Amino acid sequence: MAADEMDGADSSELLRAPLVIEYPFNRTTGPVVGAFVTALRNRTVLGIRDTSGRVVCPPVEYDPRTGAPLEELVEVGDAGEITSWSWVPEVREGQPLQTPHALALIRLDGADTSLLHVVDAPGPDSVATGARVRIRWADEPTGAITDIECFELDGGAS
Amino acid sequence: MSIDPSEDRSVSTLPEGLWTQPVPSVPVDLGDDPVQRQVVPASMRYDYSPGLATSRFLRGLAEKRILGERCPETGEVYVPPRGVSPVSGLRTTEQVEVGPKATITSFCVVHIGFGVNAPPTPFVSALFLPDGAAVSLYGTMGEIAHDEVRIGMRVEPVWVDDADLTTSMENIRYWRPIDEPDVPAEQLKGHM
Repeated sequence: MAADEMDGADSSELLRAPLVIEYPFNRTTGPVVGAFVTALRNRTVLGIRDTSGRVVCPPVEYDPRTGAPLEELVEVGDAGEITSWSWVPEVREGQPLQTPHALALIRLDGADTSLLHVVDAPGPDSVATGARVRIRWADEPTGAITDIECFELDGGAS
Repeated sequence: MSIDPSEDRSVSTLPEGLWTQPVPSVPVDLGDDPVQRQVVPASMRYDYSPGLATSRFLRGLAEKRILGERCPETGEVYVPPRGVSPVSGLRTTEQVEVGPKATITSFCVVHIGFGVNAPPTPFVSALFLPDGAAVSLYGTMGEIAHDEVRIGMRVEPVWVDDADLTTSMENIRYWRPIDEPDVPAEQLKGHM
């Protein structure tokens, strides 16, 4: 068969199939993330102090700049401000909220870094960098990041 | 997706762990049941198309034929075909049936299988160079003990029942040895 013949095949020659790639990760949390998610189960958020005194939230096991092991977990607030965000107009399966929402970096009060989470808001016009947001806790916490159901705009029902 | 905890082995169950970490001080009471592990399934859903050349290859498999395509410059036959020669970058010009007999060019004894179709462990996954092809196909070995597999061993594919043939690599259940002398390793150079 010649190439022109082969490539002249109409699109019905082209096969398609659904392909799902799944990884059933079963992860150990370690001493720092384990404490973080355990605290979430108790509706408390923990950060960790790095070697320069900044509070990193979510906490990490090693200093992001020096690599030194970190040991001083500290409690941070359940409200903070948006440092960056993006609107998700079309929700996909598996996303934390099944309505259009913002994905945002949120610096919690008492922390010096930002946490990635979702903000339940009526539309992109109601979201802004610098806006205050507060945690809405899941009804039945399990010890996971999803114990924070989402953030909502502070001072206004969203 | 389910996890059988009895089959799970983790760093935290080793006597000393893989390495030691300092235990952080916690400013709040975490209770006596801290979270130590999490099941975090990750899933990606594709609408996959293999392209025209590999579609031709998969349709051949549905007829128990292994179809490669020839590089117009070197004359080598590549399988599965991607429509262009990986060596010259030119479009492949000719469809060529290869195999079904093949030679093992490389193999690995697998002790931890995963995936719904994984054979019982230990099993051998290997690269099979079909006669007439320049490159090898991936598959698993059957009908032989895992410690008797050799590079250079001659094999043939074992197909699924005719009623179960589809346009899929899964048409080849596994490969098995045939009674032919081994191919010397020097002849397999460049075909791994």
